[in-house]
Amino acid sequence: MNIITSLLPVAAVGISLLGAIFIILANRRPNLRESVTLLIAVGKFLLVLGMLPTVLAGGGFVFTLAELIPGVPFQLRVDAMGMFFALVASFLWICTSIYSIGYMRALQEHDQTRYYASFAVAISATIGVAFSANLLTLYLFYEMLSLSTYPLVTHERNAEARVSGRKYLTYILGTSIGFALPAMLIVYAIAGTLDFTSGGILTGTGVSPGTVALLLVLFVAGFAKAGIMPFHGWLPAAMVAPTPVSSFLHGVAVVKVGVFSILRVIFDILGPDLLLSLDLGIALTYFVSVTILAASLIALTQDNLKRRLAYSTIGQLSYMILGAGMLSAAGMTGGLLHIAMHAFGKITLFFCAGAIYVASHKKYISEMDGLGRKMPITYFAFFLGSLSIIGMPPLGGFLSKWQLVIGAVQADQLVLVAVLLISSLLNAAYFFPIVYRGFFAPAKNGTEGDGFHEAPLWCLVPLTITALGSLILFFYPGTFLRLIQLALS
Amino acid sequence: MTSNLPLYVLAAPLLTAFVVNLAGRFWRGSVAILSLGALLFSTISAVLVLQQVLTHGTIHYTVGGWQAPWGIELVIDPLAALMLALISVVALLATFSALASARQELPGREHLFFTLYLILISGLLGLAVTGDAFNLYVLLEITSITTYCLIAMGKGRAPLASFNYIIMGTIGACFYLLGVGYLYMLTGSLNMADIQSILPGMYGSISVATAFAFLLVGVWIKMAFLPLHGWLPNAYTLAPSSTSVLIAPLMTKVAVFLMIRIIFSIFSPDYAFFQHVGVQHLIVWAAALAILIASGLALAQTDLKRMLSYIIVAEVGYMVGGVWLANTAAMTGAILHIVNDALMTLCLFLAASAIVYRLGDSKLASMKGLYRRMPLTMAAFTIGAFSMIGVPPTAGFFSKWYLILGGIEAGSWAWVYVAALLISSLVNAVLFFRIIEIAYFQGGGEHGHSAEMPRQEACAWQLSPLLLSAVALLAIGLAAGPLVEHLIIPALPAGF
Repeated sequence: MNIITSLLPVAAVGISLLGAIFIILANRRPNLRESVTLLIAVGKFLLVLGMLPTVLAGGGFVFTLAELIPGVPFQLRVDAMGMFFALVASFLWICTSIYSIGYMRALQEHDQTRYYASFAVAISATIGVAFSANLLTLYLFYEMLSLSTYPLVTHERNAEARVSGRKYLTYILGTSIGFALPAMLIVYAIAGTLDFTSGGILTGTGVSPGTVALLLVLFVAGFAKAGIMPFHGWLPAAMVAPTPVSSFLHGVAVVKVGVFSILRVIFDILGPDLLLSLDLGIALTYFVSVTILAASLIALTQDNLKRRLAYSTIGQLSYMILGAGMLSAAGMTGGLLHIAMHAFGKITLFFCAGAIYVASHKKYISEMDGLGRKMPITYFAFFLGSLSIIGMPPLGGFLSKWQLVIGAVQADQLVLVAVLLISSLLNAAYFFPIVYRGFFAPAKNGTEGDGFHEAPLWCLVPLTITALGSLILFFYPGTFLRLIQLALS
Repeated sequence: MTSNLPLYVLAAPLLTAFVVNLAGRFWRGSVAILSLGALLFSTISAVLVLQQVLTHGTIHYTVGGWQAPWGIELVIDPLAALMLALISVVALLATFSALASARQELPGREHLFFTLYLILISGLLGLAVTGDAFNLYVLLEITSITTYCLIAMGKGRAPLASFNYIIMGTIGACFYLLGVGYLYMLTGSLNMADIQSILPGMYGSISVATAFAFLLVGVWIKMAFLPLHGWLPNAYTLAPSSTSVLIAPLMTKVAVFLMIRIIFSIFSPDYAFFQHVGVQHLIVWAAALAILIASGLALAQTDLKRMLSYIIVAEVGYMVGGVWLANTAAMTGAILHIVNDALMTLCLFLAASAIVYRLGDSKLASMKGLYRRMPLTMAAFTIGAFSMIGVPPTAGFFSKWYLILGGIEAGSWAWVYVAALLISSLVNAVLFFRIIEIAYFQGGGEHGHSAEMPRQEACAWQLSPLLLSAVALLAIGLAAGPLVEHLIIPALPAGF
């Protein structure tokens, strides 16, 4: 494996950080500002893409920015797992940037400069997490993401946003300082390093089983962005943010950074073998099963579309942890693959929710009867997205769910198979009525007008792209599977 | 080849103090030029001294050529050199802001104010380098008396706060003096190195223990180690901005340094930490309690400066605990935290000064919509706040890291301290996000589209040091590795 020292990862992380400054400078010229946003989005994706061939060939990139603590530098490293996540995030950020322009302009939102600048910092932090070479670097970007999304969550600056912002920080910042930080320090005190090393850094240190269990609990609780119950409350609250924020950050970036961090810890810090020998993986899968089922049940009861999607996200995130917790090849593949599949599916659904709001100012599912006939493209995309989340062919979500079921069967855990199947049924139960009522239910109080009334093209195009993306990923998952294979080998 | 450089560092502000007093009467503008000139000179000399010490080792300077142990000796070891540089840099930055505040708060009395101000700074610099236990007492009194006056120049109840401080401060100084008296009776010497070489034979003596206790409690009062903190919040809150911006970052930190001096240069770590079973644990637990109680009290405050004052008290607990954990990681953390906390407190008090300058008070409720009104000030304030919370890559994260690591390495008895540090970080997050929330959400209207406030940034004299200190917090954080390796590790007292 050849690791190249290169500034490429730094550029990939830093481009949007630098871009944020230009966005602020272009405050009074919206067209220039949005051009900068799009430019850095595309630039970032190309930078990530440029590193893909080397990573696929089994290589990687590394760059040390500073020496922070003996044995723990501020270091970026591109490996297969990070590349996988960065690829998903940076591609979807382009879609989100286009969508943001449509959404924010159509609603004539205030403080757009702050919005775009915070967004740029947030995506920098996301890619930073993907490319972190050690736990401390990851923690640094994790906190950067938490703090940069606060202004986005509280964008409306009303009483509700204030409460949600508080909840957001309490859960996210509170758990990361209260649980993840001491866990990281304990690992450092034991191992003297925090580098992500395939197979973990704790094996052979003579660490006691009790300590490993404690560390796992602290890390799972500490990365609350993964939304595992009981640390999920921030996610529905954060739905008060503008829809592009909910779709990208709370459908893709923030929540998956949480999952990604936990997976990194399981794979590269604690080590699958160590967890396997202590039966901690299975304990974790049972724990997150509760979240999967409970979140799906709560989603059924939500009338606010974005809140329903939020609870759906909470359930789906735990799928990924579930897969990793199985500690088998199929399970871990399924868990990782679900990061990408769910990202494409869920962002489509959020985009649709936002498009519906832009076109009709409707937030509640009960008001949306018959709306599908006026917004057929949006509703069809929504249909595709929900099929992917439910896990039906021919959409990407099927592949990851398939792997998860195989993993559960291989692990001889029929309970987990049952959890996955019941959850899929519940997913169908909370998604299909939305689509059905949109297309077939009669519109209430005679608002049925003639012709189509879709959201602006700026909104429509991205959601079509992501919906088609879900479809394409079913047929061509090759690159992602290869990256996962490399990451797990 | 002993040059007189170390003495220049101290002498420049001391001599300028008297010139300012005279020249300021005739020409107001001379106050700024002279003060800044003297401090700039001190800073450059201090940095040169630091460089010299790091390359050639400890400097022993005999004042007036009178040999120790009879004459006064300045001992500039790496830690003292670091303190010298820290004090002079912080003082220089604070002075820019103090000049602007003083013009507003004490019109026509600037020359008097800056006379005391400069004497205070040379006192602090002297504390860092003196190698004589009695000389240290004298310098302690010089800094204290000037501080009493500088605080009393504030409005309203400031003289009362100053009076409280005088009572407490004098008790502290007396305790210290009693301790020195005991040591003189026992050893017949006042020179630290001399005392240290004579004492070991008498370590069993109860008189030595008494002396140690008196010295320790004396500096604890000076550093406001809870429960001896009663004087601090009022004094720092009611003092004029131009005073608090200097004393808040420096006074408590210098006192922590004095505690390290007493432990390592007069006594020995073996004696201090391990001679009396249980004392070490007791003090670390007391520090943990101090952190928790002070953080809790900070939560109850509705005034920015008062809240920051309680945070200072909590931070003193960090450092006392770190020193008394008595291992390398914790000591590294404690010394790094002296540097970091001085800069964080400087940054936050500079921001508070700028806010008071524009708003007239530092009540939290007055800060509504401040992100729009003073965006740069608030940006710097936010970085200072993140550093206090301990968000990487700001400086505060790294000292906290070493302190917690020290706590973990010390063993299971120190878990209270580790927990206290984590809880205090969480409380700091609440404290600062409460302010950020107030300043971020628009004043008056509860909806986002209300009328915009006019932009009214602090003046350049206050803004430039503030921004500089905020950048320094980030830079020090990112340079934490080399900084610890080249500055802090050499500065660790011998025996670590």
